[in-house]
Amino acid sequence: MDIFLQQLINGLVLGSVYALVALGYTMVYGILELINFAHGEVTMIGAMVALSVIGALVGHVALPGVVIVAMGVLVAVPVCMLLGFTIERVAYRPLRHAPRLAPLITAIGVSILLQNLAMIIWGREYVKFPPILSSATHQVAGATISDLQIFILVLSLLIMAGLVALVQKTKLGRAMRATAQAPQVAALMGVNVNSVISLTFIIGSAIAAIAGVMVAAYYGLAHYYMGFMLGLKAFTAAVLGGIGNLAGAMLGGLLLGVIESLGAGYIGDITGGFMGSNYQDVFAFFVLILVLVLRPSGLLGEQVGERA
Amino acid sequence: MDLSEALLASLLEARKLCVAYGGVKAVKRVDLDVNAGELVCLIGANGAGKTSLLKSLCGMVPASGGTVHFRGASLTHKPSHEIVRHGIALVPEGRGVFSRMTVKENLEMGAHIRHDRAAIASDLDSVFTRFPRLKERAAQKAGTLSGGEQQMLAIGRALMSRPQLLLLDEPSMGLAPLMVQKIFETIREISQQGVTILLVEQNAKLALEVSHRGYVMESGEVTLADEARALASNPEVRRAYLGE
Repeated sequence: MDIFLQQLINGLVLGSVYALVALGYTMVYGILELINFAHGEVTMIGAMVALSVIGALVGHVALPGVVIVAMGVLVAVPVCMLLGFTIERVAYRPLRHAPRLAPLITAIGVSILLQNLAMIIWGREYVKFPPILSSATHQVAGATISDLQIFILVLSLLIMAGLVALVQKTKLGRAMRATAQAPQVAALMGVNVNSVISLTFIIGSAIAAIAGVMVAAYYGLAHYYMGFMLGLKAFTAAVLGGIGNLAGAMLGGLLLGVIESLGAGYIGDITGGFMGSNYQDVFAFFVLILVLVLRPSGLLGEQVGERA
Repeated sequence: MDLSEALLASLLEARKLCVAYGGVKAVKRVDLDVNAGELVCLIGANGAGKTSLLKSLCGMVPASGGTVHFRGASLTHKPSHEIVRHGIALVPEGRGVFSRMTVKENLEMGAHIRHDRAAIASDLDSVFTRFPRLKERAAQKAGTLSGGEQQMLAIGRALMSRPQLLLLDEPSMGLAPLMVQKIFETIREISQQGVTILLVEQNAKLALEVSHRGYVMESGEVTLADEARALASNPEVRRAYLGE
């Protein structure tokens, strides 16, 4: 089996999910210059809600697994949209003109709040994703790719393409870009800046919900704490690509997934067996440190001066 | 329109308008009228409160007192994005173009509140006819334009909302003399085409030349209000603002 190709495929699949979550970080940052640290938790809530729906349906209705999962997603997406909207309204909007440290600390607070809320609702144990999806695999040049992997990759790319089209080609997208560049001037043009900000949270949260279900399906489980690491990785991806930049978030996500996956595949060889693939998280944060030291504006980000 | 006839149709009415930043009063109980078809200028030294007054008229800073009415409707305490729907467009100080968007996208943003696609397209054409430079650079990012071109873009963008009242904040600022001439010709043309204009300008000489009426502001207060010609020959104005 070709380890390189295999890890590349695994990395792209994982990376496409990172990219989806990273989009949420980067969209909010682009408009508010706020790191919404609660975004990872929105992803977790999406996974948990979908799993609750799926768990309630499995064994009770005679529907194909894909349909049951789709129904879970259809419930999780609006729940997360409402959650994202509420977080902005309750936790960030009152602090719009406060010093930048205040909303950042609030974001961490919201994140902890959501984790604990999820722990109370869904418990401390891992919630299993029932084996209702196709587990068929295909051989490609010595590597294996599963139906689920293909599905995650294709759906992620479609969502990314859809978001780019929305932002670049529609009137709403134009208003979002204008708001990100100069909110006061956008308002003069008739853009309701508060609505645009709400919509940004809503869209980012909808994508996060789908990403959460993907992660749960991919690893076969979900956990109240899963949003923390996922959020941190996606944040790293956004920084790697250049935070505030949509294309950067996508590139950063895919790259980070591949780096992590290849790293995990070869770390045993590199360290002579001293470290195993369980150290794969090291790579993401090693990348974060490198980017922050060498190119803080990220791969596609603009060089910007220090802001007061 | 005959000026005396226009005077009957008051478009904008500010009464006892105040703007304060913290404890600092930038605008103190200002009364200001702009009538339909007029070109009115507001002159005064740096820091006299001209920009604050303009910003409060279009909702960028809240009024701390007083009222603003436009065509009979109260605009006091309305947010910017609603005020533009009443027919007021601002060309902000420093132009405020969306630098990472193309020239064409900037102009389309100006028409954000409109839904009449065909009319928007024809207005886009008239902006390009008025400013051929913008047409040449339609696909270029606005941030790459020169200061004068950005000023044209900001004016064109404001016109794209089909305003009844155009507010111009220091359109000559930072521009080369030739470009200043060009911008003032444009302002005169726009006015002659029937758009009512309130012009804030430090270049008092040029402003009084193109305007029908003028207000002089000093430390947040309107100290003089008269026909532009009368102001231009007022000894006090000549000494303080026309460099004589």
